Order: sequence, then structure tokens, then C-alpha cells
Amino acid sequence: MRNAVGREIPDELLRNGKQGYQGKNYMDGKYIQKASPRTRRYEKPQESKIVETLVDALKHCGAKDGMTFSFHHHLRDGDYVVNMVMKAAIEELGLKDLTIAATSLGNAHDPIADYIEQGKVTGIQTSGIRGRMGEVVSAGKLKTPAIIRSHGGRPRAIEAGEVHIDIAFIAAPTADCVGNCRGIGGKSNCGSMGYAMTDAKYADHVVVVTDCLVDFPNFPASVEAIDVDAVVVVDSIGNPKKIASAAARISQNPRDLMMAENVAKVIASTPYFKDGFSFQTGVGGPSLAANLFLEKYMDERNIKMGWAIGGICGPMVELLKKGKVQKVIDVQDFDLDAVNSINQTPGHYEMSASQYANPANKGAFVNKLDFVVLAALEIDTGFNVNVLTGSDGILRGAPGGHPDTAAGSKVCIIVTPLTRGRMATVCEKVVTVTTPGDCVDVLVTDYGIAVNPLRPDLIECLDKAGIPHVTIESLKEKAYSLVGRPDDLEWEDKVVAVLEARDGTILDVVRKIKPLEL
Amino acid sequence: MIQRPKPERFRLRRTMMFMNAQKPGLIKDAYIYGCDSIMLDLEDAVAENQKDAARFSLYHALTTIDYGNTEVIVRINGLDTPHWQEDIRVCVAGGADGIRIAKCESAKDVHTVEAAVEAAEREFGAEVGRTLLMAALESPKGILNAYEICSASERMFGVAISGGDFRKCMQTSFQPDGVDMLAARGQMLLAARAAGIQCFDTVFTDLDNEAGFRAEVLQNKAMGFDGKSLINPKQIRLVHEVFAPTEKEVRQAEKILRAFREQSAAGVGVFTVDGKMIDVAFIPGAERTLRLARACGMYEGDLV
Amino acid sequence: MEILKSAAAGTLESSDCLVTVEPGQGITLDLSSSVMNQYGRQIKATVLETLERLEVKDACVTVVDKGALDCTLKARVECAVYRSCGASASNIPWGGAVR
Repeated sequence: MRNAVGREIPDELLRNGKQGYQGKNYMDGKYIQKASPRTRRYEKPQESKIVETLVDALKHCGAKDGMTFSFHHHLRDGDYVVNMVMKAAIEELGLKDLTIAATSLGNAHDPIADYIEQGKVTGIQTSGIRGRMGEVVSAGKLKTPAIIRSHGGRPRAIEAGEVHIDIAFIAAPTADCVGNCRGIGGKSNCGSMGYAMTDAKYADHVVVVTDCLVDFPNFPASVEAIDVDAVVVVDSIGNPKKIASAAARISQNPRDLMMAENVAKVIASTPYFKDGFSFQTGVGGPSLAANLFLEKYMDERNIKMGWAIGGICGPMVELLKKGKVQKVIDVQDFDLDAVNSINQTPGHYEMSASQYANPANKGAFVNKLDFVVLAALEIDTGFNVNVLTGSDGILRGAPGGHPDTAAGSKVCIIVTPLTRGRMATVCEKVVTVTTPGDCVDVLVTDYGIAVNPLRPDLIECLDKAGIPHVTIESLKEKAYSLVGRPDDLEWEDKVVAVLEARDGTILDVVRKIKPLEL
Repeated sequence: MIQRPKPERFRLRRTMMFMNAQKPGLIKDAYIYGCDSIMLDLEDAVAENQKDAARFSLYHALTTIDYGNTEVIVRINGLDTPHWQEDIRVCVAGGADGIRIAKCESAKDVHTVEAAVEAAEREFGAEVGRTLLMAALESPKGILNAYEICSASERMFGVAISGGDFRKCMQTSFQPDGVDMLAARGQMLLAARAAGIQCFDTVFTDLDNEAGFRAEVLQNKAMGFDGKSLINPKQIRLVHEVFAPTEKEVRQAEKILRAFREQSAAGVGVFTVDGKMIDVAFIPGAERTLRLARACGMYEGDLV
Repeated sequence: MEILKSAAAGTLESSDCLVTVEPGQGITLDLSSSVMNQYGRQIKATVLETLERLEVKDACVTVVDKGALDCTLKARVECAVYRSCGASASNIPWGGAVR
């Protein structure tokens, strides 16, 4: 079938009630039956749940072929835990046919590509996929298509039982002997552990992996001992230097700054920019720099931000400390300033991925969001955004919270340079739709601003404020006049990844790319 | 191939931004930041063994990239190098609006360049006289000969001081109050005004020192400079802000021009506006103010 | 033009390309690009057209492209060819064979 964003979805994927994307809020009001895990009772008091090794923990949880293991990505590019667990399961226990269900995967997980090529890992469910793993999956070496979900789509799928987690592995910067976990106080701190929370509640078994054992009770806990089967103490769960950068610095790139200033102008032109407004921004160059210019407008009009959410980094913490934002609530921290602030600075709290972005609960934070500022690898003339596949058709990105915040917010602003190298960012048809165009409102580029015609109210705001804007078609034409019109990518039939919309319908598929023969 | 319109000898030039002509990523769209002129550099920014490559890049940039209303000037290598003649050929062939003569010390230098430019205009079938010139004064001798340089050619639209080299010659260094170059700036301004051409200040290289940059730009404006050379797009905004006329100046200029048109139609030469005596001598200044105001988005009328 | 010796022009920076020419029999082109799937054909055409305009009949050409625009590709190919003939410093036929 052809879905609401014009993508052809193969019929064999549309079984067991699976549908193609039908448009924003299609599932609103429908009931779901939540799945519940099958968990073991620990009635007899235990002094400790510590086991010697990961192999012992796997055995304790009855690990066997065909299971699904879950992971969370707070340790980002510094993560050692995914590789460590998969090595123990595959090389020491000889398990196969395993599925990795991770909140995201990145360059730290290149070794998993080998297990995919060997056929030991046969399923991948994730938000992000990059590096060698992206290459081998794109090459069709994974036995089943990878399933890509947003940060809100994942807890939805878990709660609905579409993903059944046999064992959840929690990478814990600190844990006590029974498994109360926190993201701070250790040597590999990550701050918020929001993405791990739903996993711990819905997995049959939970194994905590830590490199810093602390006294009981490790409180207030992000993941609670009541859900934990075993605790393993290892030398190191990750490389602290890659977990949280020293401090996210606001870009000095003049192009980023110019775009960021226009983002702030657009925000300030809308009626939603008033005292108590809510805001999320990505940590990319121009998105983060928007903070700087927004602060100027806030001062000028003497208004304060009510709350900010998202992945959080230093500049937002700085606003909190200056009293310019009342509350910061986050699922993830990107730099040490944010890590050291969460649950310490008054007003800085942690939340779960479901609370952040799940479209199937009774109202996530994203639904109350006024503005979100996001980046894009590509955006097409239908305002559809791609943040997953490169211009070469290879998996190298992550929807993350992009589709969730875009759908929930009142104003979703995409900020991106018109071209990157020879790639036209604004194009006729994105390689993969990761965020549907009906959720995207404004595009800010270094060559001009375009407003989605679905938002005449915003067009009026910009006009009133004297902010020039053009059609997205004219931006696309400008881009092609600079870099030349690209040839269409050529694909084989084989589907290597399925892109699920946040509501569980199928938004797009990624097929195997045909290499170009000159 | 992009055909640039005939260059205007006197136009608004508040900001001239230097760009290494050898860096494709930089020059492909330098105009988006809104500077008045971009200065594609074949001289100091380009390594000695890449001068040839920079010319090929420059030629294709000039002939394929639509810089729109942004003026395109090229800084060529000094007359004491083996590069300047080929630099001039490529500038003229590519249709650059103007050429900046590096290390200019005398009217003779201007004439030397002018002869080569004219020869190139004939060689490449361009209109003779199309290519504008400006001179960079980088030595005490250049400053002392400023007037003869400024008035050496009908192609000359302006003169600029180049602080780095000049300070070295003078055995001084950057001073926050500008005293290191006060005399030179003054002398150059006098010469430029006497010759009726524009005058531009040197670059400010410490990008992190915002207060210092602001102070220097304010001083530039107070001294009467037309504009400033820049090394980074983020410096553009401040210069445009500082050089913008005030709302009051714009309204006053509008009144003067309007009154002048009415009065001169009625045959009156001297009249008063808001109690001040006004005659024809005020007109160029009022026109300049309104042109500046238009560039700053402060004036949309049709008096200029 | 005749390729007399091996010569290169350009860099491996983003938006640039590195072009190497060497003496050869006929034209052989070894092209790699960060935007191969979308622009490989156009890059190849631009490189070959530029060589043809310069009347290069025999050369081994290697292009490592990092997303260069056509104007940059042309500039790098031309510069490499002129360098290989020791003729890149002066009297370039701007607007003629180089255009």
C-alpha cells in the first residue's frame, strides 16, 4: 500500500493488524491492552543479588537462543555494556538468534557488526544505527529487517507487547547490592537514566551492570531493586570521556549563528512565545545556538521559560541556574554540566522515555510542548524529514525524539543548512521519511525560511513581524542550482529496515542500495 | 556563465570580508552573510605553492557563482612577486568587480596595475575601464604617498590601510585606543577625501575581543571611514549597526532632500529646515544618509 | 595537452576534491566520492568534459571527491593538468580551454 506520506509499504509487512502510516493522531482514542512481563518471585530475603560474571547473570536469567536483550544508550559513544554482554552471550555461552532491542546504538557498537555477519544476532530494534552496524544492516546482512522506532515509539511498542524483552541490561553508573541504580555518584556518570525505566518495568528479567557498587539503599533510584534479578560488577561500564563531553559549547560557526538567530526570531514572532512557554532544542550547532538568541528575546520582553525537556546540556542548565527557566526535565544528559546538575539543581528532574514522548500513554511531556527546534539530514518539499539514512542510502542516524516532539509541539522548527558539501538538504523527496511533513511547521536555512502551508497562522505571524519567507520549493530549486539535481538512488527489493511511526504504523522502509557502476 | 553588472565606482562599502580564494567551502556562498563586498584573497591566505590552484578556483567561482548584489573584489599578490600579472588576467577574465593592489606605495604602482588591467580587458574583450581598483597601504611610504595613490586613476574607488604590515614597519603593535595607527589613519583619510574616494580601515583579528572590536569600529566611524575589512562573517553585524544612521538623522535627511527639491523647483537656493540654514552643500550628505538607511532597512522611500 | 609528469591539485577537505593525473594510454578514470550514488555520473561527465576541453587524450586520472561542486572539480582537474605540463603559473587561456 501507499501510506499517507506517499511511501510504498510492501504487503508482507502489513500483517497481524500492522498498518501503513495514516496521518497525525490516527490512533487517538483507541484502547490498547498492555502486555505484562513474566517475572520471578524473590520472596525469601536475599542479602545480595551480586553474581560473579555476566555469564552467571545470563544463566541466572535463563538466557537461551532466540531471546531479546534490551539496552539503553545513556553511555552514548562511551558504552562498553552492549559489547560486553553480547560477547558473554555469544562467545562464552554460545547463544545465537539473538535480538538486540536498544534505545539507540552508535559507533561504540561496531563489534556487533561481526555478530550480525556471523548470523548470531538476527534482529535489531533501535532508534539509532550508525557506523559498521549501519553498513552491514544496509548491506542486507541482518536476517530480519531492523526495526527503527522513535524514543516515544519504543515504550509504546514495549507496553503494547510488540517488543517482548527477555532480559534488560541496565548500565548503571552506581548500584547497590540489590540493584537500585542511579546515573550519578560513580566514575562513569550519565545523569538521567530515563530510557532504561520502561525496559526495567516490562522485561522478564533485569540485570544491572555497574562499575561502582555503593551502599544500600542507592536512593532515590532511577531503576529500582524491586525489578532487578541480578547485579554484576565490572571494571568499567564505559569511557567517561565519550559518555558526557566536557561541556557542550555553543557553536561559533557564523552560518550556525545566523540560522540560530532566525530560529529565535521565528519563535518570538508567535503568540506561544509568552511567559511560561515550553521549549526543547537539539544539541546540534544551530539548534543549540538558538538558546543564546532566544535568551535575548526573553530578556527584551521580560518573560521566562516555564520548562524545557529533552536531552539536556550545559547551556540549558545555565538558564535554569539564572532563573530564566523554571524547570528542566530530562531523559538524557549530554555533558558534564547537565550530568552534575540533574536532581541537584533545584528544578532539574529526571523522567522516563514514556513520560517524555510515548504517544500511547495518557499524555506525554511532548504533548505540552510549545516549541521544538530540530536538525535534519534532509527535508523534502512535503516537509517530510529524514534523520536516518545518508544521501547514499546507508543507515547512519537516529529518529530519536524527533518524530515525537515534532508531532506533539505547537511549533516544530527544522534548522539546517541548505546544502552540506554537495548534498542538497532541501530536496524533492527524502531518502527515508522519519518525521512526517504534517508534524513539521517551519524550516530555517541559511538561504531563507519556509513555512508549511498547513500553518497559515504561522505565516501570518512571520508576515506581521516582517520576517521574510519563501516557499520550500524555491529553497529546493536554489539548492539544486548550487549542487546540481541528484540522480535517484537505485534500490534492490530487499527491505533492510522498517521505519515505524511513533503510533506503530509503518512510515517507511529502507531497502538495500544498489551500488553505482560507472 | 554569470555576467556581473558593470561595477559601480561609488557604492556602499561598509563591510569587506576576506575569503581565501583557495577554499571551495568558503567562497561558494560567502554572500549569504550580507556583507557589502567580499574580498577573495590570492595573497597572504594562499600558500606560495598553491597560487596557481587558487587562480583556477577563483576563475570558476567568479564565472559560476551568483554573488548577486554583493561586490566581488580580489586581492592580488604584490608587485614584487611573480604572481601579480596572472592574478590580474584571471580577475579580468572572470569579471571581478575590482582589484585590491597589495602593498601599494606610489602612483606608479597604481599605473603599473592599471596598464596590466587594461591589457587584460582588451585581451578578454571586456569593456576598457570596467575593472575598478583600490589600494592597500601597508608601509610608511604608502601612507606618505597616499594622496598621489588616491588620485592616480579614474578606476580608483578607495584606499585601505593594512594594519599588520604597517605596525611592523612602525615598530609598534595593536593598541586598544588606536594610537599606534592614529596618524596613518588620519593621513590616509585626508588623502582619500581630498581625492574624492572612499577609505577603509584594517581588519580586527582578535575574534574573542568583542569590546575591543566595538571600540575600534566606533572610532572608525567617528574618524570618517566608509567601512572596514573583516575576517569573519560574525563581525558584519556590528559594523552595520555602528555605521547605521540614527532614526533622527534619517528623518532629517529626508526633510532636507524633500525641501531641496521643492525649493529648487521654485528657484530658491538657500532655505531653512527646522530652523537650520540648508543649501546645496548639504545634499550629498543627506543622500548618503538615505542610501545607508535603505541598506540598513530603515528607509523605503524614493528620494534616493 | 600532453601529460608529462605526475601532478595533483586539490585537498581532501569537505567540499573539495583531490585530483591526480599521471601519464597513461587513453583516458582511465578512477573516481571515488562521498556522494557517489547521487552524483557519480555527473562528476564523471564533468571530469571527462574538462579533459576533453583541455585536449588531454592520454592520462590516468584519479579523483577523490569530498562533495566538491562542479566548479571546484573543473578547477582541480585543470590545475592538475597544467601542473603536469609545468604550465600552471602563467598565460592560462581563461575563457578559452579553461572555462
